[in-house]
Amino acid sequence: MVQLLTPDGEYGVAKQWSEYAQYIDKLTEADFLKFYRDMARMRRFDKEAEALQRQGQLGLWIPAVGQEAAQIGSGYGVGHNDHIFPSYREHGVAITHGIDLMSILKMLRGVNHGGWNPEETRFHLYAIVLGSQVLHATGYAMGVKMDGKVGNGDIENDLAVISYFGDGATAEGDISESFLFAAINHSPIVFFCQNNQWAISSPVTSQTKVPLYQRGAGFGVPGIRIDGNDILASYAVTAKHMDEAREGAGPFLIEALTYRMGAHTTSDDPTKYRDAAEVEYWKARDPLLRFETFLRRQGIAQDFFDEVAEAGEKLSTEIREATFALPAPPVEHMFKYVYSEPHPLIEEQLAWLHKYEAGFGEAAHE
Amino acid sequence: MSNFVELSIAKAINAGLRKCMQENPKVLMFGEDVAQLGGVFRVTEGLHAEFGDKQIFNSPIAESGIVGTAIGLAMRGYRPVAEIQFDGFIFPAFDQIVTQLAKLQNRSEGYTPMPVVIRVPYGGGIGAVEHHSESPEAYFAHTAGLRVISPSNPNDAYWMIQQAIASNDPVMFFEPKRRYWQKGPVNLDEPPMGPYQARVLRDGTQVTIATYGPMVAVALQAAEIAAAEGMSIEVIDLRSISPIDFDTIVNSVKKTGRLIVAHEDSTFVSISSEVAARIAEEAFYHLEAPVLRVGGFDVPYPAAKLEEVFLPDADRILEAVDRSLAY
Repeated sequence: MVQLLTPDGEYGVAKQWSEYAQYIDKLTEADFLKFYRDMARMRRFDKEAEALQRQGQLGLWIPAVGQEAAQIGSGYGVGHNDHIFPSYREHGVAITHGIDLMSILKMLRGVNHGGWNPEETRFHLYAIVLGSQVLHATGYAMGVKMDGKVGNGDIENDLAVISYFGDGATAEGDISESFLFAAINHSPIVFFCQNNQWAISSPVTSQTKVPLYQRGAGFGVPGIRIDGNDILASYAVTAKHMDEAREGAGPFLIEALTYRMGAHTTSDDPTKYRDAAEVEYWKARDPLLRFETFLRRQGIAQDFFDEVAEAGEKLSTEIREATFALPAPPVEHMFKYVYSEPHPLIEEQLAWLHKYEAGFGEAAHE
Repeated sequence: MSNFVELSIAKAINAGLRKCMQENPKVLMFGEDVAQLGGVFRVTEGLHAEFGDKQIFNSPIAESGIVGTAIGLAMRGYRPVAEIQFDGFIFPAFDQIVTQLAKLQNRSEGYTPMPVVIRVPYGGGIGAVEHHSESPEAYFAHTAGLRVISPSNPNDAYWMIQQAIASNDPVMFFEPKRRYWQKGPVNLDEPPMGPYQARVLRDGTQVTIATYGPMVAVALQAAEIAAAEGMSIEVIDLRSISPIDFDTIVNSVKKTGRLIVAHEDSTFVSISSEVAARIAEEAFYHLEAPVLRVGGFDVPYPAAKLEEVFLPDADRILEAVDRSLAY
């Protein structure tokens, strides 16, 4: 397992991981601070979103507490041309690629199903059906190769694809088919599996008999396991394998061992299926505290942490107010994007709905 | 003068695909055995020799993967045409088609159109083993976001495959496999009509038969027999089963007062259910008899020795004509 930062926040590189450490050597203090700021931002966002759900302001929340290092680290390991295909818990990866956090809250408030521009942001829409997005990522990567955008040694134009999924999703056939298609086509793609140990109430042992990083081997996709609560490992391993994919090395699988500290979603009660002792074990491996310890050892002063805490309070207030202000979509929204070209049923039913609503007169708007 | 050639339906689809692939290198053709072999029905024969691996390639035998990667390629700006080898093999891809292909344009609020065509040889009548003779079109017609069309003759086959590829919406393209070898004139210069319009194939005054795909030839045969017996039957080829061109059916029923809807698919919750409901609603005062339906029985597609009993033939349609006229 690749680990560059021990749970006690001690930086150390085992000999066999020195090629990954080269990526850390290139980081500046400003990069470290950015990493920490975004991990803290992700956690604060998560806590606030959970509170909003509890107050009935969101229909659902999908917490990612505990997975900050896996997501912020790997998110920053993805290059500025690369395309990202997330599942539905990648709030941290979204932060690293400039997705407006309100786009995520909009979905969970029930305003829309996504609706940001995937081609422009390079961060594709959240995918609710497990594993579905991994095939899209694989097809996208096939297209990137057909476009000749791989292996030119041109960092400005070459690109690779990364797809995120969880341990539970690996049981889906779409993941196996993705490995196969990517291997056969030697596609520029990194599969990033966050093994957070639980698929709702099912432990990872009910999804796999072999370590997940080995799952690709039979398809021709080599893999590695990393400490997913170590942001430096997550960053370096993602960056290196995205570089290699861009250079034409073919597909690669990263299994980030992490832990879902909270529930699967706010609809679930994890105390029913897992031991408090297990949660305590992982609390001691908290990715945010680990990196904080590291930074303090590096001599980062308290002022910085105070400033981050203050920014968190500000973020909370902002998203709370913005959530309250989100308008419900107009009824046309339901019909507008079903087809890209006119369709008689859509036109007919929308016209009927307008007429029906008009029949209520002013009462329709009360 | 238009430029006409005589082609089979299979060759007409091939010619339509070739034209699209020539005109736009972003048009990709893939699926199981479609490259060197040309597909099990040879619909893509010769295309690999002409376009090479860049535009036409074999996929692993994984239908969900075929459709899922087609979606990814469409996101990248390609216009994929994916072949599902047989109707009964489409179900591993059902999830990708229904939850992803059909909904991505909607989910992305228009940012991600899905110009994907799924070609499916469908229907029975070829003496095949299980899962090779089914008519799954109703599953897809039920799903918002998809368009579902089926040609019945070479000219439509040639033009409708091109119209499907030109569409920015996903199109399920159902090919009537037992008619692949049926020949007819193809006008290489201009399309007959839009892909979602029905066509009155034969004018008549007493009964309308609406059908599509492989059953069009059966309906025409029934109309011919009826004509010999002095009955005048109008035949409509729906061509598109999502959307359905109801106006053409309503106009016909206003004239004949009687409607029979025929297809190979089992009748329970089928295309004929929808047409019957709709015509009852829109042409109630013009109907002289209830809309009758002629289709496969509500059983799994039978073993080949029984498929002639399962598949509606001209006599089954004429039996319905008699019942309709008896009202």
